[in-house]
Amino acid sequence: MEPSLARYIWTHTKKQQLWILMIVVLSMIPYFMSFDLPKLIVNGPIQGGGFEQPGATQPFMRLHYNLPFIGEVQFFSGFQLDRKETLFALSVVFLLLVIINGLFKLYINTYKGRLGERMLRRIRFDLVDRVLRFPPVYFKRVKSAEVATMVKDEVEPLGGFIGDAFVQPVLLGGQALTAMLFIMVQNVWLGMIAAVIVGIQIVLIPRMRRRLIVLGRERQLTARALSGRVGEIVDGIGAVHVHDTSNYERADIAARLGLIFKIRFDLYQWKFMVKFLNNFLAQVTPFLFYMIGGYLVIQGRLDVGQLVAVIGAYKDLPGPMKELIDWDQARQDVQVKYQQVVEQFTAEGLIAPTIGALAIDDPAPMTNPLSAINLSMADDGGAMLLDRISLQVRPGETVALVSTTTGGAEALAEAFARLNRPDSGRVASGADDLLELPEAVTGRRMSYASSDVFLFQASLRDNLLYGLKHAPLTSVTYEGAAADQRRWNIDEARRSGNPELDIHSDWINYASAGATGPHDLFEAVRRVLDAVVLSRDILDLGLRSSADLTRHTELARRIVELRAALRTRLEHEGLSGLVAPFEPGAYNKEATIGQNLLFGAAAGPELADRALAANPYFASVLKQAGLDRTFYEMGMEIAEQAIELFADLPPDHQFFQQLAFMSAEEIPAYESLLQRLKNRPYEAVSENDRAMIITLSFNYIEPRHRFGLLSDELMSKIVAARNQFYENLPPELQNAVERYDPAKYIAAATVMDNVLFGRVGTNHPDAPDRIRSIVYDILDELGLYDELLDVGLDFNVGSGGRRLTGGQRQKLDVARALIKRPDFLILNRPLSALDQRMQDKVLRNVLEEARRDGHSPAIVWVVTNPAMAMMFDRVVVFDSGRLVEDGTHETLLAGNGIFKELLS
Amino acid sequence: MLLKDEVGMLQRVPLFAAIEPTKLKLLAFTSDRVSYSAGQILFRQGDEGDAAYVILSGRADILVDSDSGPIKVAELESNSIVGEIAILCNSSRTATVRAASPLEVLRIRKDHFLRLMREFPEMTIEILRVLADRLSHTTADLIDARSAK
Repeated sequence: MEPSLARYIWTHTKKQQLWILMIVVLSMIPYFMSFDLPKLIVNGPIQGGGFEQPGATQPFMRLHYNLPFIGEVQFFSGFQLDRKETLFALSVVFLLLVIINGLFKLYINTYKGRLGERMLRRIRFDLVDRVLRFPPVYFKRVKSAEVATMVKDEVEPLGGFIGDAFVQPVLLGGQALTAMLFIMVQNVWLGMIAAVIVGIQIVLIPRMRRRLIVLGRERQLTARALSGRVGEIVDGIGAVHVHDTSNYERADIAARLGLIFKIRFDLYQWKFMVKFLNNFLAQVTPFLFYMIGGYLVIQGRLDVGQLVAVIGAYKDLPGPMKELIDWDQARQDVQVKYQQVVEQFTAEGLIAPTIGALAIDDPAPMTNPLSAINLSMADDGGAMLLDRISLQVRPGETVALVSTTTGGAEALAEAFARLNRPDSGRVASGADDLLELPEAVTGRRMSYASSDVFLFQASLRDNLLYGLKHAPLTSVTYEGAAADQRRWNIDEARRSGNPELDIHSDWINYASAGATGPHDLFEAVRRVLDAVVLSRDILDLGLRSSADLTRHTELARRIVELRAALRTRLEHEGLSGLVAPFEPGAYNKEATIGQNLLFGAAAGPELADRALAANPYFASVLKQAGLDRTFYEMGMEIAEQAIELFADLPPDHQFFQQLAFMSAEEIPAYESLLQRLKNRPYEAVSENDRAMIITLSFNYIEPRHRFGLLSDELMSKIVAARNQFYENLPPELQNAVERYDPAKYIAAATVMDNVLFGRVGTNHPDAPDRIRSIVYDILDELGLYDELLDVGLDFNVGSGGRRLTGGQRQKLDVARALIKRPDFLILNRPLSALDQRMQDKVLRNVLEEARRDGHSPAIVWVVTNPAMAMMFDRVVVFDSGRLVEDGTHETLLAGNGIFKELLS
Repeated sequence: MLLKDEVGMLQRVPLFAAIEPTKLKLLAFTSDRVSYSAGQILFRQGDEGDAAYVILSGRADILVDSDSGPIKVAELESNSIVGEIAILCNSSRTATVRAASPLEVLRIRKDHFLRLMREFPEMTIEILRVLADRLSHTTADLIDARSAK
């Protein structure tokens, strides 16, 4: 990257900078005119200069010039105006100039701001573009949070500066010079005074600010290191807790913050010191003006109008001066920042832009063998991982790489995947150096999965299909406002040197997955998920999440059928007792009282959980039904029982998991509440306290808690209150709840709850498991299995995929490699988190799936267990970085080599 | 059956007879009420022991595997506790328990049971006493059996 900021800015914005310069120069004309006007107004109409005779007039707007050779030329003789008229006319001109100056400023500022933002966009894109092209080794040294902070925060001030880079000195310098010149014209001596003070400012202040720049750089580096450390703590939070090092981290962060504080405080001290001095110098000048100028007026050597004009003009001098000095500091500061960032983003051996160039058309299959020729690889410490290995993998062949602990098979897989570069020798595809092939070939015709999985924070589906998103394959047609927006996007992207690729295009390469479009892609998805034995997990996720009804319409459409099928099935197997279904006119004993009252899923915060009892409309319904008092008494009873049972237990006691009514932290609050309310009549209890108590009763389930609080009469009252609640539901609550309706899908509830449409009884062991397997059966029978899988694929995997287990992440990574249908499939101990039985199962499935439909990719698999090698055409054994055996499973087994030793 | 009735039932189990009612209530509250229909299995021989069961109503058979299939060795009635050995000794189940009629039980989870013992020494001592009592009975039985030979 360009090391000099000024040159970087000039290269990319010279046309704009020149344009804005021109505008700035143009804006000087009205600016200068507005200086002269106050003098004209004071000396002319106010003090009566030129209007000595009553009724005298002066020409206004007379245009006349002294041209060389021609002499005086008058273009317009002007209007003749008397004293008052002249005052008004000149004042109006003053107002006009104010407006024109303001408009110029507005235009210039907007233009500069836009220029700066475009450059900021360009710099940020350039930086990220470089990150995408860094050699693999670079990433072993940098912390991701530091890179992020550089791209986001450290270049931010550059955006503000770029617009001002050339304009500001010209504009402010011009203004200062104009003011200076004007003072000079009025009175040379006063001008000299101002010039001397300005000279002192120009020399002294930047000198004092040098220290500020040094401190600023330190601040930048310490802040960057801090964000790196914070990122590390977040990523390594598990290690922190496991080793009880949280206090060590606290100490480290406190020390860093202390240092940053010290630097920043130093910075403030200096900054305000410099400010003080600057202000002082600026204020000294008017003092001299008043004294010396006043003296001159008294002496009669200066007229009052001149002095007023000088002082007026001087008001405009310190402003531009100060800003000019600020600009100079910003320039140095930003230059330092820019250099710091550029240094960090300069790396040897950047990947050539052609390697990652966009290729819309799919490359031809890789039909040449993949080979390592005299390949040596070393780790960062210089230890040899591979020592002059030569190996050829022919297309279509399946190879197991078996390795002792120091074997180096993993390094070979990484070299094939181009994740590490050879120290000597090379990896090649046919005659081509593998490292010189564009990613459009290696990224589409080869795929790689390892035990070290990275997933993006997106849905399972997005992660699975990530490996197919090489290029925008469709051109989206936009209409109306969206089309304008798209045109604007392209235009702005061009101006900032960003690519015009459309993120909303369909990037998924269906052909590569063996599909023709979105409609039959799911077939491929299902097959790879089945192959890695992940479907069941995803189905479970699907059951537990709420479906997006805009996408999964089929589920909602056939919900009645599903529910009926479940009932029939349960009856058929004599398991009806497992589920208590929701029925609009009946009390559901297995559900809480709150659920029975609301009889719907809360779709907003108004009626959810604790808010329910406090909702005024809900409270009024209870009151009408005469239930408020009942629930209050019930709540008091529950509070008493709960406190009696739990008050002695420490707050972290595991029994609290059984207490659905309140959390351990709330026990003391309820204890004192109970004391307070015990003998108070219901009428005297405040609304708030009532809600606190009533809410307890809402979590009560009779068969589970067994306090004996529910009678038949109460149950029918609750059902009546439920109907009452929905009859007069106010409009603002219409969207806060979805009423349970046997014929309707409840969008706010999970798929499981929707199918079940009831509650699983608490007193049946293993009921949840049995019901789940029945639900799967039914979904399969009704052809909704795929739909549910699709719901599960919406699951967001969380940051780095951490919402999945290690095994699930690895399976997903293998599925992602598999769905691409590559010519060379490289798998580097891909399933290390699974037990051996599962690894064997997935291995068999993957080999079969990869060869489906007459496909015959070459498969290179670094196995975790030598026994797995049996499934492959060829077995290659590594020991101490050397290739020691190579042959079929039978021949190696027949020999007496390391392989046989490893197997035993 | 309500919590307070369960407490009454628990009091009739010798192991819990001398324990304060409030503690028993906590034990009952944190335990699961489970129903089985006749023929359902509570747990199988060889399973890992994760809970003890107190029979609230109904009958259950204790079965032991043999070469000729399961043999019924004993019958459980209301107010009896079963499965407590496995949770105290960390061993696997020594027998299978099957419901002989519709059965209502209180399922006391292992971690809850142990936690209660840790927290209420009086309960632990009581349990110890009952177990020691059983041991002395067993020893006496053994002596009887030996001398009868």
